[in-house]
Amino acid sequence: MKITYLSKFKNAIVTLVILIFSCSLSLAGENEVTKIVQDSLDVSARYAKLPADDTCISCHIEEEALPEGFSENDIHMQAGLSCAGCHGGDNTIDDEDESMNEDIGFTGAPEIEDIPSLCAKCHSDIGFMREYQPRIATDQLEQYYTSTHGKKFKQGDENVATCISCHTAHSIMSAKDPRSSVYALNVPKTCNSCHGNSEHMADYNIKTDQFEKYAESVHGKALLDREDTGAPACNDCHGNHGAAPPGVASVSHVCGSCHVQNEEYFSKTKMAKEFAVDDMHACQECHGNHEIAKPTDEMVGIGEKSICMECHDEGEKGYLAADSIHIMLTRVTASYDSAEAKLKEVQIIGMDDVEMGFMLQDARQDLIHSRTLVHSFDPQQVKEKTDVALKNSQAAIQLGIKELEDYDSRRMGLGVATLFITILSIALFFKIRDIDKEENKSN
Amino acid sequence: MMKSKIFNWVDERFNISPLIDFMKHKEVPVHKHSIWYYMGGVTLFLFIVQVFTGILLLLYYQPGVDSAYESVRFIMTKVNFGWLIRQVHGWAANLMVFFIFLHMFSVFFTKAFRKPRELTWITGMLLMFVAMGAGFSGYLLPWNELAFFATKVGTDITGAVPVIGDMMKVLLRGGDDVTGATLSRFYAFHVALIPAIMTLLIGLHLMFVQRQGMHEPDHFKNDPKRKVISFFPNFVLRDALLWLIVLNILLYLAVFFPWELGLKADPFLPAPEGIKPEWYFMFMFQTLKYIPAHVWFIEGEVLGVLGFGLIALLWVLVPFWEIRKKPGARFRPMNIIGTIGVIYIVVLTILGYME
Repeated sequence: MKITYLSKFKNAIVTLVILIFSCSLSLAGENEVTKIVQDSLDVSARYAKLPADDTCISCHIEEEALPEGFSENDIHMQAGLSCAGCHGGDNTIDDEDESMNEDIGFTGAPEIEDIPSLCAKCHSDIGFMREYQPRIATDQLEQYYTSTHGKKFKQGDENVATCISCHTAHSIMSAKDPRSSVYALNVPKTCNSCHGNSEHMADYNIKTDQFEKYAESVHGKALLDREDTGAPACNDCHGNHGAAPPGVASVSHVCGSCHVQNEEYFSKTKMAKEFAVDDMHACQECHGNHEIAKPTDEMVGIGEKSICMECHDEGEKGYLAADSIHIMLTRVTASYDSAEAKLKEVQIIGMDDVEMGFMLQDARQDLIHSRTLVHSFDPQQVKEKTDVALKNSQAAIQLGIKELEDYDSRRMGLGVATLFITILSIALFFKIRDIDKEENKSN
Repeated sequence: MMKSKIFNWVDERFNISPLIDFMKHKEVPVHKHSIWYYMGGVTLFLFIVQVFTGILLLLYYQPGVDSAYESVRFIMTKVNFGWLIRQVHGWAANLMVFFIFLHMFSVFFTKAFRKPRELTWITGMLLMFVAMGAGFSGYLLPWNELAFFATKVGTDITGAVPVIGDMMKVLLRGGDDVTGATLSRFYAFHVALIPAIMTLLIGLHLMFVQRQGMHEPDHFKNDPKRKVISFFPNFVLRDALLWLIVLNILLYLAVFFPWELGLKADPFLPAPEGIKPEWYFMFMFQTLKYIPAHVWFIEGEVLGVLGFGLIALLWVLVPFWEIRKKPGARFRPMNIIGTIGVIYIVVLTILGYME
């Protein structure tokens, strides 16, 4: 009998321990499973695509003689292309002298002058490249020779960028890979490694402050600070393989590739034609290039910060247009801001903000469109849009006021409820008094 | 006729006559401190309000990072009288904790915790802790900015408990940070675990009170002119009157001082200014601010948490270490301790709100 109790007790303890253990496992939140799985991966799996008997990699790992900047995540290595693919030689022979014999095609580190053609050997061959990526472009070399880099390279300048300057030699990765030197977020720093080097740029008479200016610009902040990969990096305006500064004629097209409507309105104006005649860079004249700041309503108008006033004088048609556009924008912005404040007020007290939110969304769209229409320099067109924006934001304000009034009217409803409860309380009070009186009498 | 038939039918099966007799003969003492007898009842009333409004809120509330705030907003804006239910729930929670404090201190000062009521005191203290837990867990459920960061700070403080602090923090948060997992957990605590524990404890607490009757102060026991009223209907009706008054106050507060919904929590934004815990945690929160970062070899926060833990434990065990007044002594030691406690809580809470 005693033994049965003991074993029952033991069983109970074991069950309890298991229960507590499983509870703590399930309650412990995220565990480290991912890390353990990662650690347990066999190192050799990293080179899984290379032939099993690849002597280049095994020997260079053993001798600790891997090239500078080498990464096992290199896209070529991952695709199974051995060192011999670029450097020649035979990766199946164990003997160092034999495998790296010039007689069997070993070239060693290629000369700078040979790099573009060496890469192009594969990258310009659509038949070969299709095996890896069916839709990959194969015109990089052609484009490169149209770029400022390529043109100078053709003239024998080995100081300019070649493929490896941007893509690296032994750590090449897809542009979609965040570790890649040409991943959107990394592009500005990659370009700046040469363009920010005053010594390197000394012979070309190019400024070296582009990165600093870009980093402070609206584009740079979006890309570098907010990590918005949709924001333009250097290559989005200058091109990548065909990198060149956009000329006067193409600036507005470059900006217009993203700011479509702005370019559309601007290109139809008289000013666009006059800019072209005077060799003025369209968008850049007002917004700058690398340092493009967030545009403000003060940029239009007749105030101190107005850009219009740099060319237009008082009394001119342009002066009057700038003034009236500025007034319209200011008015609609103020109205939109009040509507937004009202919305927040409604949200904080927990009243219905859905309809108001939609109205404000419309007003915002109209306000943005009004600002875009500034590029038409036509006060009438701007007015048509600001009128709509003003109407929407005013309607949102009215709705907000109604919600706030509803909020107050709830207090009226309370009056009825409290009156009822108060009457009930008074009745109860008298009832208690009656009971007490009766009890006192009977006592 | 019909009434007695039904009564007989029930009585035959469940023998409720002794219970009715007990109720009929149950008496409540009347003396200058009688008012404090009603505090527990009011707390019970507020608990019932919480259960009812809580169930109504449950019909629409959806826990989850993407739905909690939205569903509370839906309750406030679209559901008929949803705003009132939420406001009453919020206010009743605060009033409940307030009346628990009143009830607890009145019991402490009238020495009602003494033998044979030790277990009534202990279940009451446990109820107070669980009610504070209910407040803490419920505060996060609307998933708004203030609640999110207050929970972050609150759970961080749990992490300061030596040895088991980190584990407790992870257990509460469901991970290293306050996330959707924390919300799910707090939801489970708030709507299932805590109400179940509270119901059980209230059951025990009430059973003890009914079994032992109301505590009678010493002066009352020896009073030749001692006056009593019957529990039913005299005391119950007085209770009901107070409940109605409290209900009126509750509605008034819900409508004139509504709890704001605030803005939705965004874990990626820095903490907004003015993060404050609920008022009943304020004195502890404020104390932690005053303790230096390091006291001797102990971290200030650890010292604070340990200190409050120790005080709470001592408070729970009061019936077992009560220092009695010596004959001829001018002051009662326990009253001095209690008064210091009340003053400390009030002053620190005021200081917390003044900052």
